[in-house]
Parts: sequence; structure tokens; C-alpha cells
Amino acid sequence: MNTEIRSAAQFRGPLVLEAVSISRNFKLGRGRKGQVLSAVRDVSFGLYRRGVVALVGESGSGKSTVARLLAGQDHLTSGEVRLDGNVVHLRHRRTFRNYKHEVQMVFQDPFASLNSVHTVRYHLERPVRIQRGTKGRAAIAEQVAKLLSEVELTPPEQFLAKYPHELSGGQRQRVAIARSIAANPRVLLADEPISMLDVSIRLDILSLLNDLRERLDLAMLYITHDIASARYVADETLVMYAGDIVERGPSEEVTQDPAHPYTQLLVASAPDPDALDSGLRIGSKVLAGQAGSALSSVVGCRFSPRCPFADDHCRQEVPPAVRISDQRAASCWHLDRAAPHILSSGPSTGPAASAEVSPNAG
Amino acid sequence: MRRAAGEQQEGAQVRAMAPASSPSPSVPGPDAVQPVLDIRGLSISYRTRSGDVKAVVGVNLALHPGEIVGLAGESGSGKSTLAYGSCRLLRPPAVITEGSVTYRGRRVSPEGIAVLRQTRTQLRALRWREIAIVFQSAMNALNPVLRVEDQLFDVIDAHLSMSHEEKRERASSLLDLVGIARDRLRSYPHELSGGMRQRVMIAMALAVDPEVVIMDEPTTALDVVVQREILSQIVELKERLGFSVLFITHDLSLLLEIADRIAIMYAGQLVELGTAQRIYRFPAHPYTRGLLNSFPSLHGPRRELAGIPGSPPDLRSLPPGCPFVPRCSFATDACRQIDMRLAPIEEARDPSHLSTCPFVLPDKQLSTSASTEGHQQ
Repeated sequence: MNTEIRSAAQFRGPLVLEAVSISRNFKLGRGRKGQVLSAVRDVSFGLYRRGVVALVGESGSGKSTVARLLAGQDHLTSGEVRLDGNVVHLRHRRTFRNYKHEVQMVFQDPFASLNSVHTVRYHLERPVRIQRGTKGRAAIAEQVAKLLSEVELTPPEQFLAKYPHELSGGQRQRVAIARSIAANPRVLLADEPISMLDVSIRLDILSLLNDLRERLDLAMLYITHDIASARYVADETLVMYAGDIVERGPSEEVTQDPAHPYTQLLVASAPDPDALDSGLRIGSKVLAGQAGSALSSVVGCRFSPRCPFADDHCRQEVPPAVRISDQRAASCWHLDRAAPHILSSGPSTGPAASAEVSPNAG
Repeated sequence: MRRAAGEQQEGAQVRAMAPASSPSPSVPGPDAVQPVLDIRGLSISYRTRSGDVKAVVGVNLALHPGEIVGLAGESGSGKSTLAYGSCRLLRPPAVITEGSVTYRGRRVSPEGIAVLRQTRTQLRALRWREIAIVFQSAMNALNPVLRVEDQLFDVIDAHLSMSHEEKRERASSLLDLVGIARDRLRSYPHELSGGMRQRVMIAMALAVDPEVVIMDEPTTALDVVVQREILSQIVELKERLGFSVLFITHDLSLLLEIADRIAIMYAGQLVELGTAQRIYRFPAHPYTRGLLNSFPSLHGPRRELAGIPGSPPDLRSLPPGCPFVPRCSFATDACRQIDMRLAPIEEARDPSHLSTCPFVLPDKQLSTSASTEGHQQ
């Protein structure tokens, strides 16, 4: 029990959806020459009622694939997804539809996720009829209006007959959110819900999501490439690099005192107005290099080509998740050099005692 | 009033006028050097059936040699229209209704070139050679069926006469400049990563040694790590080659780091202008404060984030006075009557810090803490 990492989100409520060592491989090319891309490799985490877990990573790190796997849009290569402790099988249309009742997605681009030939009313009536099984015009109209006011599009009558192109980006994303909560889900998977929006609108959408989470008791996965927004939104932050989760822990700790060299790079790269006259001015060199490769031909730590601490050991063997505290872990062979103060101050007994741990929330 | 136009060389109908309507305070720069690009009283409208969309209204902005000026605002605030309009890249229904743009580079006569009065041939010589642009989406801006080298050669051929060997040498050194291996010259755009494509765009913009580079959201589609690499490269190249940058973005946190001065744009007008330091530490205009308060900070203590309520106004029918009134928490009746003019906020402390809002001033406590930091004149 002592070796388990507990999620910082689990204090919010009971476990709802759980990913247990999920992996997804894609074959590239044909025949024997074809390589295998392991877009998601052995990823485990839990989503808790009223809790928010953030998944942070660069483009191509596999974070959207995780969302698609959890939403049942894609097939697992290995591992399993559990809803309320029961393994989810999505072979049949009916089970898939039932699963959709519980788990809904919000997509990145509200321009693409809404159908431009249909009105707002159409977008919301369908899930109300199909997922909620509401019958009768008056009842449907009432629920649609309630959904719109739920996402603060008021007065609802003003928006019902509008087409997506008549709405601003923020309003469109609100409609998309209304549609996803129309099924009365318990889990919301938000895949970069604000990255296509204007800076001034982002905050409104984030606080709307936060508000809905509390009012509707949602468990939320918040996927982003912006680690600063994870700090504000999420209880627990998972950092993903080339298909692996390289660090996990309470958001404030991960962002303020990152342990893994990649998290350190991410945090150092975020624009920091307080550091005027530093950084760019001196031409500080951050680690150059390509985005992480998730090809299965890469052995060892996938961050090692860009890592300042990498040695032969890193290039040959995949590092295990090293326990830092009972809520934090990072996958690195050289945490003693990358983040010496964290290891020494942590409640764990140091790197020597840090065995490979099951990163499952208990 | 607007006149449909005298010169129609370049699609957009242009009626260049002297900075007639607005003898507004000429914008003082960091020093007394002549600005390399001087935009005065520029107004641009889009003609639509339901009325004119006034995308840019009477903007004054000067870009000094070696300076990075940031232009920030929401989408639809007119920042791209302003930048493209000032090098005449807009097509109808866009119409430049008023104003002047003067370019004063080292290679042109000291009195400068009135960009809005140039003929088509003159514009060809001016564009890219003197004013180059890095477009937002590198995948769309690069030609997918041409190799990188051919696209670089095109630029060089258009402005310089060079032998094939010289061109090849120049193209290679351009790639060196932006940190891409020379053998990538033979690559097609789809063979490059997003960051490399953006670097190729920057190399292309610098190909014939321009003095002004307009960068339109050059890093928006990129990862933070790559973004930082490219930004520091831009700063480094600017130091080395001495061009000036007009940097357009909606991400104010980015501008605070890279820009010397920042212009905040709302509903087609500049609402605040000042050094990056001043804008960050002593924002005056309520819209600027809203922008500063709407991005989550990674470093430092957690701040209470507020954001900006409401949505941008309809540019076809702007209310009189300040266009920000419906979203402004400080708004009073007097705001509907004000004349939107940039004026110094604290003349004594920093005469170059301008805001259109005569009522809301930088917070007093901030100002006093400033003087302890040695900000006094």
C-alpha cells in the first residue's frame, strides 16, 4: 500500500473512470519494414467525482489519443478502462451508446465540432431526445432552454435558431459544452477546450467548466498543452511525453517545483512576464531538439535525446516511476541530479528505496 | 467621408491623404530617431452589404529602427488588418479610407516613401525587400509543391540579381541563420516539422535583408518549448541584423517578454501604448487590465483571475465614445462622450505611456511602489 501513488483528485469524491495500463500502438508502413508507434504506453490514472485531472504535453505526445481511448472512439491495444470498477467493453452498439451516457467529450475546435448546416436547437435537441429519452415537444424545448442557460447563453430563445457561424468562438464552445452535458454524463473529457479561443474568453470557458463540474458532480479530464492553465484548473497534473506519463502529482507542486527534466523544460519555456529582461533577452538556450519520438525502435527513456542529465543507462533502459511522495512520482533515472532538493525533502526514503511502483490510485 | 478612390493599383482602393483629421500628439518613441515605419491616422473599412465595418480607425503607430513593437488584441480587433493595410496587402472589400504610411529605410531617400501612394511596380520593389511578413500559418504560406530552396530562390530572384551559385550559397546561409541543416534545402514543406516550417518562413522573410519584418502570430500554432526557441531566435537575429519587428499576437504574456513597446488594440483603435515594462506594471486602460488578468500565470503566487466579461462589439455600429463601455467595470456616462485620443497618463513619469481612457489611471499604490523601484524621472 505504501508504494502506491494516490491521486490528488481523489479527495474530491469517489473513483468514477479508471485507465489501467492502457496502451495504443499504431503500425506505420507495411510489412516487415513497418515500424510501430506506441502513441500511448502503459498509462494509468483515475478520474474522481468532482475532481479535475490535467493531462499536459506537447503536440504528438499522445494526450488526445488517451482521451479518444477513454471515450471509446479508439481501440485499446492493451490494458483496460473501468467505469465504477467494471471493465468497459464497447463491442456492441448498445453498450457503446450506454457508455456515451456516462462519458462525454468536449473538443478543441468548436468551429469543426458543430455542424454548420444545423441550428443550435438541432444540436441540443438530439442528445435530449436520444440520450435522455425525453418525449414531447414541450418537454424537449424546456430541457434545451435549460441547457442553454446552464452554459450561460441567455436568454435561450435568442440562440435557439442561430447557426454556428452566427456565434462567436466562445459562444460556439458553450454550445458544444451544452451538447456534451445534455446526456447527463458523469465524466467529461475536455480535449484542449480553450486553445482555439481568444485569450480574453478562455477564462470564462474555464470557469464555466469548473462551475459545471461542481454543480453536476462531473469527473473531468482536462487536456492541454498549457501547463499554466493546468495549475489553475486541475487537482492533479499528469505530464505526458511521447506516450509515457513522465510525472504526476498535485498541480501546484508539479508546476512550482517540477521534478522530471521534461516538466522542468516545459515550465521554463512558458512565457513569464515577471522575468522581463531575462530569458529571451540574454538569448537563453533552452534544449533544442525534435519533439519526442514514440517509435518502438527507440529504446530507453524517450526524453533522453533532449535531456541534459542523460547517460548510457537512460538510453538503454526505460526508467520506472520513482515515488517522490505519496501523491507524486516521476519517471527518471536521475532524479537525484535533476531534482535533488525534492528527493531529499520528500517523505520517501530516497532513490535507493524507490522501487518500481504501481502508479494506480488506490 | 470616404471617397472611392483615385489610385487603384493594388486591389484595395486607396485614397491617401495627409494626416488631416487627426493632428493627434505624434507618438514619441524611445528616442528621437526617425521611425522606420510611420503609420498616421490610418483608417481601414470593409465594405459589406450591411454597412461598412470599420476595422481600423485613425491609428497612429511608429516603428523605430531595431525596435520590436507588439500589437495585441482579441480576434477581430483589427490588428492584422492594420499590419496588412500598412503594406497594402488588402484586397477589396477592404478600403483604406484615411491616413498615411511612411517608410524610411536606409536604402531609400531620407524623406521616405509614402506607401499608400506607390504604384504597383514601386510596391513590388518595396515589398519583401524593405517590408517582409512572416505569416501565421506556415503550412498555408509555403507552397506545398515546391522545395524549400526553390521558394527561397524565388524571393532572391525577385529582388536581387545573383548567379545560381550565389543564390544557393545565400539560401544555405539563410537556413544556417535560423538553425536548420543545409540539406533541408531539398525538402518539401510537408517533410518539415511545424517549428522548422516556421523557421523557413522566417528565413524567407529575411532573404533579401528587409528593414521591417511584420510577424503575424508566428508562434501560435507551436508548442511552448518550440515557441520559446523561435522567439529567442527572432530576438537574436534582430540584434544581429538590425531589422525592426511589428509583432502581432493575442497572447499578451508573450509580448511582455519579447516586445520593447506594446500597443493594445480594441475595436480598431489603439487604446493603450507604452513600454512593455509600463504596460505590465502600470496598465492604465481597463481593457489592458482585463487582458493582463485573463491569462493564468505559471510563476509566482496564484492570482485571482478575472477575465473580460462580454464579447467584442459590432464594428458596423460602434456606440459613440469609448467602444469598451459595455464591458468595462469602470464605465460611467461620461465615457460615452469622450474623444478617443491617446494621451499621456503620467506626463511626469513616462511621457511615452499613452492611454485613451482619461478616467482610469494606473493604480496609485502601484505608482508609489514604482518610485521606490527607481522609476522616477
